[in-house]
Amino acid sequence: MQVPDLIPVVPEILMTILVLSLLVIDLFIKQKEYIAVYTVVGSLLVIISVFYCTGVTFKGMFVADSYSIFFKMIFLINVIFAAIISVEYLKKRASLYGEYYVLLVFATIGMMIMASAGNLIVLYLGLELMALSTYVLAGIIRTDGLSTEAAVKYFLLGAFSSAILLYGISLLYGITGSLDIREIGLYIAKEGIINNKLLLLGLVFFITSFGFKIAAAPFHMWTPDVYHGAPTSITAFMSVGPKAAAFAIFGRVFMIVFPALSGSWVNLLIPIAILTMAVGNIVALAQTNIKRMLAYSSIAHAGYALLGIIAASNEGLSAMMNYMLIYLFMNVGAFILVIMLNNQAKVGDSIHDYRGLSKSNPLAAFLMLIIMFSLTGIPPTAGFMGKLYLFMAVVNAGYGWLAVVAVIFSAISAFYYLRIVMFMFMNESIEEVKLSLVDVNGLLLIIVVFMVLFIGVNPQPFVELARLAIL
Amino acid sequence: MLNQIIFGYFAVTMISLALIVITRKNIMHSIVYMLILFFHIAGLYLFLNAEFLAAIQIIVYAGAIMVLFLFVIMLLNLREELRKSRFAITWPIGAIFVVLSAVMIIISVFGNRFANVGNVKISDIEKVGHTVAVGKLLFVEYLFPFEVASLILLVAIVGAIVLAKKEIK
Amino acid sequence: MVSLDWYVVLSLIIFFIGMFGFLSRRNIIMMLISIELMLNAVNISFVAYSHYIGDMAGHIMVFLIIAVAASEAAIGLALVILMVRNKETIFVDGLKELKW
Repeated sequence: MQVPDLIPVVPEILMTILVLSLLVIDLFIKQKEYIAVYTVVGSLLVIISVFYCTGVTFKGMFVADSYSIFFKMIFLINVIFAAIISVEYLKKRASLYGEYYVLLVFATIGMMIMASAGNLIVLYLGLELMALSTYVLAGIIRTDGLSTEAAVKYFLLGAFSSAILLYGISLLYGITGSLDIREIGLYIAKEGIINNKLLLLGLVFFITSFGFKIAAAPFHMWTPDVYHGAPTSITAFMSVGPKAAAFAIFGRVFMIVFPALSGSWVNLLIPIAILTMAVGNIVALAQTNIKRMLAYSSIAHAGYALLGIIAASNEGLSAMMNYMLIYLFMNVGAFILVIMLNNQAKVGDSIHDYRGLSKSNPLAAFLMLIIMFSLTGIPPTAGFMGKLYLFMAVVNAGYGWLAVVAVIFSAISAFYYLRIVMFMFMNESIEEVKLSLVDVNGLLLIIVVFMVLFIGVNPQPFVELARLAIL
Repeated sequence: MLNQIIFGYFAVTMISLALIVITRKNIMHSIVYMLILFFHIAGLYLFLNAEFLAAIQIIVYAGAIMVLFLFVIMLLNLREELRKSRFAITWPIGAIFVVLSAVMIIISVFGNRFANVGNVKISDIEKVGHTVAVGKLLFVEYLFPFEVASLILLVAIVGAIVLAKKEIK
Repeated sequence: MVSLDWYVVLSLIIFFIGMFGFLSRRNIIMMLISIELMLNAVNISFVAYSHYIGDMAGHIMVFLIIAVAASEAAIGLALVILMVRNKETIFVDGLKELKW
């Protein structure tokens, strides 16, 4: 018996060592801030290791190609951000447990496994590892009814969608006799069974369950409630991480397993993408709670990113990956400010709390302005470049009208993003809020805004990175 | 002929048990019927030459998961259920949706071509025993998923304690 | 010999019964049980496919699904306990604080 090649799995192994040592260290350390520092340092080391560990191992079950490396980079940056912004927020709510960081890292391991899954078994297990940890994280503030409610809703719909995914996997297995993603794709191409009704049904099951995971309409119902009720730091974490992970498997499964059926799934995904953008952008107009507004905005952004999959080309896929990276920065930026306001005891989540922020905290308001511009997609921010590449991919794939629809919806999105800006700059404040930008959250906000502007004016290296990383 | 009769018995019983499970008012009754259903599923696995899975089905599903459900229900001492209506108001919509999609899908099942590619013969499995066959595959070829499953169980332990413990220091 | 089609139909029917239970019951524990029912339907279809295709991967999948189902039940029931503690109900009607 030969030992499998372990080099490609090194990042996951390192993360597992990190998580197990966290569990032990947690027993001895009373100051939980050190655990956050430990998580951040460990994840930074893993980011470095990710770039050196490539290859296919465990008989094709684990594929560490450049596609997965790009996504792993996103997940690890995401977990670092989440670990930093949680500290003060959870301390205020007496919920800063060591287990919180354990679960954050576990969820990240699940996402990393999903991104490099070469086998549907591994894909499912990675998904469950991520999902189970995220359910618990959503309910981590145990005395708060809202947090519990969010966790229960997330759990019920997440478990339901995994069951649907499993049935899709079992149909694929029955039709092709294999669980290996590449073998299934080859079998479908070789046998030419694109008219097999059960195969189409399996495709529908896959789209439904991935739709739940990326929060695409009409499977988005859970998103606003869960994003609203969960602790804000977790909302920031799960509006990027699990979504990017779901997009990673979306891209891999659909480009490798179902390329022969691309006619069918593009026709299924186009209405979903349009509906997602419509629901996200239009319902967001009516929100008065900033977390709910950002939840609907995250639905809308899932709709934009779906365009990259609809293009069904390498260009579209790399545009989607690039967009996920950009979305990571702008979304975390928006949530950092929400958390900073949350940390001031008197201020809630209402968008009216942002009134007159420019008077009391001009720098913070200016940074928020840049983030909101980026979420809208106004140049010279990163959001503009991300959308530009996505729309170009869709146009090149021959769906020019879809790009026009997407542009119209992004114009609608300007109303609710810029409403926050208007509140901050045009209105008088009701209450004086003092935000300090010299603590960790403030520094992180400055770094994120710098990245947003940097990618906005200089997108070439990131686009190249995503282009190198396609399947 | 005997095969058909046995399968027919299992199919009819399992479907009616499943219907009974989801319509009981008292959760306790549901769980007891669910246990009977699990024994039937284990019987079906035996029928399909999967002895190890039949054992696991009874040990883990019936012996652990359902008992966990029973424990929680008794712990919570819920009497509320018996007074409230069991279905949501929208249940007819759910029923119509489910029946329509089930009928559509079931029609498309018949006459489909399933894969026929495998190289494992039942006689091979019978020679070494199903447990050995599954074990060899699990620890050699599917080692990686097995390790990931261990992480999932660890998450379940940590998560359940974080959520349900009275006080965390 | 019973043909594979019948096994698939059986698993589909149980799967959709589970789905109906999930969509229409108001009790969260019953919704969990419905999800278990759906997972069992998936397991039946995997074992049947495995038997008829002549491939063992389906058996491994069933083994792992059972392990995941156990973890899911543990987390789900912990959430039920948490919900009873915070909201004093196990009905989905109790979940109405979050709404636009």
